[in-house]
Amino acid sequence: MIDASQVIFLLSAGLIVVSAVMVVSVRNLVHAALWLVSTLFGVAVVYAVLEASFLAVAQVVVYIGAIAIMFIFAVMLTRRDLLSKSEQTNANWVWALGLAAIVFVALAFIISGYGASLNRLPAAMPEGYDPISALGNALVSPEGFALPFEVASVLLLAALVGSVYVALNKAKE
Amino acid sequence: MNFWTDPIKVLYDWLMSLFGGWGMAEPLANTLVTLLGIVVLITIALVLDIFLVWIERKVVARFQGRLGPNRVGPFGIFQPFPDIIKLVIKEDITPDGADKVVFNIAPVLSAGSVIILWAVLPIASRIYGVDLNVAALYIIAAGALGTLSVIMAGWSSNNKYALLGAFRQVAAMISFEIPMVAMLLVPTILVGSMSLNAITQAQVDGVWFFWLSPLGSLIFAISAIAELGRSPFDLNEGESEIVSGYHIEYSGMKFGWFYAGELLHAFTFGGFMAIFFFGGWHGPWAEEYPLLGAFYFVLKALFGYWVIMWVKYTVPRIRIDHMLAFNWKFLTPLSFALLIVTATVHVLMRDAAFWLYVAAMFTSNLLLGWLTVEILRSYTREKREAVPSAAHH
Repeated sequence: MIDASQVIFLLSAGLIVVSAVMVVSVRNLVHAALWLVSTLFGVAVVYAVLEASFLAVAQVVVYIGAIAIMFIFAVMLTRRDLLSKSEQTNANWVWALGLAAIVFVALAFIISGYGASLNRLPAAMPEGYDPISALGNALVSPEGFALPFEVASVLLLAALVGSVYVALNKAKE
Repeated sequence: MNFWTDPIKVLYDWLMSLFGGWGMAEPLANTLVTLLGIVVLITIALVLDIFLVWIERKVVARFQGRLGPNRVGPFGIFQPFPDIIKLVIKEDITPDGADKVVFNIAPVLSAGSVIILWAVLPIASRIYGVDLNVAALYIIAAGALGTLSVIMAGWSSNNKYALLGAFRQVAAMISFEIPMVAMLLVPTILVGSMSLNAITQAQVDGVWFFWLSPLGSLIFAISAIAELGRSPFDLNEGESEIVSGYHIEYSGMKFGWFYAGELLHAFTFGGFMAIFFFGGWHGPWAEEYPLLGAFYFVLKALFGYWVIMWVKYTVPRIRIDHMLAFNWKFLTPLSFALLIVTATVHVLMRDAAFWLYVAAMFTSNLLLGWLTVEILRSYTREKREAVPSAAHH
């Protein structure tokens, strides 16, 4: 018997695969960016099915709300039919295909090694357990991930300062 | 438990026993009842939307010293129905150069990004879609889909005015999202949860968050108006410059979806203002009788909507560089400062007596507001004195 979450998973997995193929195969760049949005949305649905609500929502906010919109902006500011007549692959496509096949076989081998545990559903969360506050505490507690979290934020700050510096230099010229 | 104390549960049990009586398996019946609930909620939202058209037209007319629709039905209340019939039977034009699929998905996504917001709205104490533990972030995610629909509409129309309108709208949406996220963090800090039900419940048990963060509610209202693309931030439409922005090529019901989405969006953000800062469904006897709570909620949401309309029809449109400077150089720093002040005062005062805590929060907000005004005043005075000729005008 197949239940509702499996149906949703199969539908979103299909959506992810089809749109991921479309991202790299359509010739119109804006369409490719929109297919990328659909791929990312499918991933968000998978997170939601796994009850990782924070990841699902963060996926939509960060990837669709920021990164995909930025892609679309960048593409729109280029010429409309750019690349539409050029070759879509270069001479290395055989190597790329071989590498992709090796990765696929390796992943399939690892996953098949899981055996019976693949058929089990994840255990339900204990009553009254709030994953969001656990995540928040882990990010700021010294025993958790306070140091990597701060390092990442310093890195982002450096990127921000760098972009302001680049923009300022342009303005003076 | 009866209908008046828990209407949703009573209806749910009744439908489940009805479907069960027809020999339906329980999981299937549960799925069907849930789907039915979703359809009913969306229908209520869209029927409300029809009346919002009337409300909007009536209110704008009053602000402009006119009467507004007054022919069809008492006070013109049935005017939206001829409007809708007109929209539906109008020829549906897709421009030749348009990107057909994207062009047709955009209005659906635009209205859909507003309707999915209703999933997390706690309309009353026991009437809500889901009690999502990341609801505050979910609102931003829905807004991201709205931004995407604008860009899709603007690009696929293959019209330079549509594209310019979309660029302006997206610039406004992604920049005003930042103060909005910061202000959604204020109730989150005060409650310790992003769930809208928890935020409302904390205000029912304590005080409305307006008293804890008056400045926060003001910043939230401003960034909500910008997010909605309403005047003074309606540069996306700018009739005198870019005709009507990103939906210029849309006609008939496709335009109708953008319009319906915009009105419902404004009402929904009135609802969010009520939930985050004005107690949501809180009111006398609202906790025992959810339908009364729903009435208070709609009343507060309509008040928020009315304030948005009041601003829209009173102030003129501002220039785009002013709008972006206003956000990046004023609203964003202020909202971060407010966030730091709120978090600090909350941690320092939360063990003190409740009235002291409220007083400290309220005063710290007023002090920050006063400080901001003083800084701005001294800054403009400096600028004025640096240019002596400008001082005489």
